[in-house]
Amino acid sequence: MNHLVAAPLLLPLLIGAWLVLGVDRPMAQLRALSLAGCLALTLITGVLLFQSITGPVQVYVLGNWSPPFGIVLVLDRLSAMMVFMTALLGFFSLVYAVHGTDLAGKNFHALFQFQLLGINGAFLTGDIFNLFVFFEIMLLASYGLMLHGGGGPRIRAGMHYALLNLVGSSIFLVGVGILYSLLGTLNMADLSVRIIQAPEDSAALIRAGGLVLFAVFALKAALLPVYFWLPAAYGSTSAPVAALFAVMTKVGVYVIFRVFFLIFGDHGGAGANLLAPWLLPAALFTLAAGAAGVLSARDLRRITACLVIVSVGTLLAVAGTFEQDTIAAAIVYLPHTTFMTGGMFLVADMIAQQRPDAGGKLVPDQPVQQQTLLGLLFMGTAVAIAGLPPLSGFFAKMMMLMHVQDSAGSVWIWTFILFSGFFGLIALGRAGSIIFWKTLPVKHADPIKDAGTQPDRLPVFGPVYVLPAAALLVISPLLVIFGQPMAQFADTVAAQLVEPVLYIEAVLGHERAALLFAQTGGL
Amino acid sequence: MEILVAASVGAMVACGVYLILRARTFPVVIGLTLISFGVNIFLFATGRLHTNLPAIITPEQTLYADPLPQALVLTAIVIGFAMIAFVVVLALRANGDLHTDHVDGQPDDGRQKGGS
Repeated sequence: MNHLVAAPLLLPLLIGAWLVLGVDRPMAQLRALSLAGCLALTLITGVLLFQSITGPVQVYVLGNWSPPFGIVLVLDRLSAMMVFMTALLGFFSLVYAVHGTDLAGKNFHALFQFQLLGINGAFLTGDIFNLFVFFEIMLLASYGLMLHGGGGPRIRAGMHYALLNLVGSSIFLVGVGILYSLLGTLNMADLSVRIIQAPEDSAALIRAGGLVLFAVFALKAALLPVYFWLPAAYGSTSAPVAALFAVMTKVGVYVIFRVFFLIFGDHGGAGANLLAPWLLPAALFTLAAGAAGVLSARDLRRITACLVIVSVGTLLAVAGTFEQDTIAAAIVYLPHTTFMTGGMFLVADMIAQQRPDAGGKLVPDQPVQQQTLLGLLFMGTAVAIAGLPPLSGFFAKMMMLMHVQDSAGSVWIWTFILFSGFFGLIALGRAGSIIFWKTLPVKHADPIKDAGTQPDRLPVFGPVYVLPAAALLVISPLLVIFGQPMAQFADTVAAQLVEPVLYIEAVLGHERAALLFAQTGGL
Repeated sequence: MEILVAASVGAMVACGVYLILRARTFPVVIGLTLISFGVNIFLFATGRLHTNLPAIITPEQTLYADPLPQALVLTAIVIGFAMIAFVVVLALRANGDLHTDHVDGQPDDGRQKGGS
């Protein structure tokens, strides 16, 4: 048993606990520890990612209670990729946050570590009730982080966010309860075997339980009827937190992939292909709503928040075809969109800080101090998000569009993805031209009127301040340069996802998995 | 017993849903509490309803009370309690900062409630 698999949970947990206890120590120490923790987490998850590419699905049996009785952590390629992405995005967000965001309240660093714990746990767990627990850890930390610093708009949005997610948690428990009462297990791999043996008369309830779970995951992923919390929540919280939250909607996407391919996939007996009629329409409407939001937003942060919705819609619309090669394309798109929207939150915040009157609002104001630097960062990130060549957005979208060609509903997917990309381009182009070109003349301090008062000094960003946003942007060309290995990797991820026998075999051993082999006709 | 439990779960969740659709934070919090009570009892009932049965299977005892839902309910109660406590604090903070207990943070029909 490889103990490294548990490290993405233990490390943030221990560091977070220490940060809670040491909250009165000098800020420099807390920052150093928190940053060191995130760096170590990035390295560890990098190693795990490498192991998952070269090796089999790894199972970590907590307390040596053999599955399906105990709780297991499962590291397959998809979860390894997700924890690595989280660690990387978390590290860069934290580097940005140590420039002052963490001073607005006391427990920022502890909350940040617990947030990472919750997200990593949701990615790694192989037990559906444990998934609920990690969701709650993630949510509690996210409430704290979202409200960090306080202020009217933040509390207003936080209230909705907290209430909605509380209702979501209750519904999650209902879904888990239904599945447990019918199938008698909580282990996801075991669920996928038991669902085959489930008696015919419980099929309707099993399907209902599965769809109840989908409703909760859709809330987390911000799918159409339940995405309204997202623009306000992401638009009003502090920038590094919003950047980290870019991966939180992907937690919803991930669990939809995990649960509905593993348990309710092709082989799922009573619950087979449960999501097939639902996912594509929901995702397409989300895409349309997100695109409308992008066009109507009057604030750069809100535009970015709506772009997060667009990216979720795109991912799930493409995955909604339920074919291996389209899912592979979606998996290429997943890191690209997470890092780019995360980076855009940081760029938007830097721009807002240098505009004295308008902040992030899209009205003309004096030019930002570092026109060239911020302009280039904004343009690069916008080009990547909008999907223009030569950055990764273009290639990821092209792959997705090419692969969905032959599947049903491809006309709709093409139309919605292309139009939403076009709308994103318009909105970002308009935002950029208002911010960088349509500027008001620079006001100079009036020596008589302003005598005695300190003029508001706008911050000028040094290289360390710009580093996180720039580094996130650099990931985009890297994804293009290493496009071939990335596409191959995505293929293997999708293969593991669509044919979950390897996952089930790793968790339950060969005998139980043989049931599935019999069902799906061997490997 | 089944009807009694089912009816009480249904009644609690129905009242909870009604209350969380109210516009003030206090009824919403009470509604959330009711829903989580209802869900907890539902979760408890997923192990089937038995009385006077041990949680261990022995050769002569084939009927048993499933211990797992009891453990799940315990976890759910603890987490739900923490969440409700958090929302209460958040609601108080919102009332202090926004001077209204409306869930949207905006006083309706122009009246300001609470302090100025």
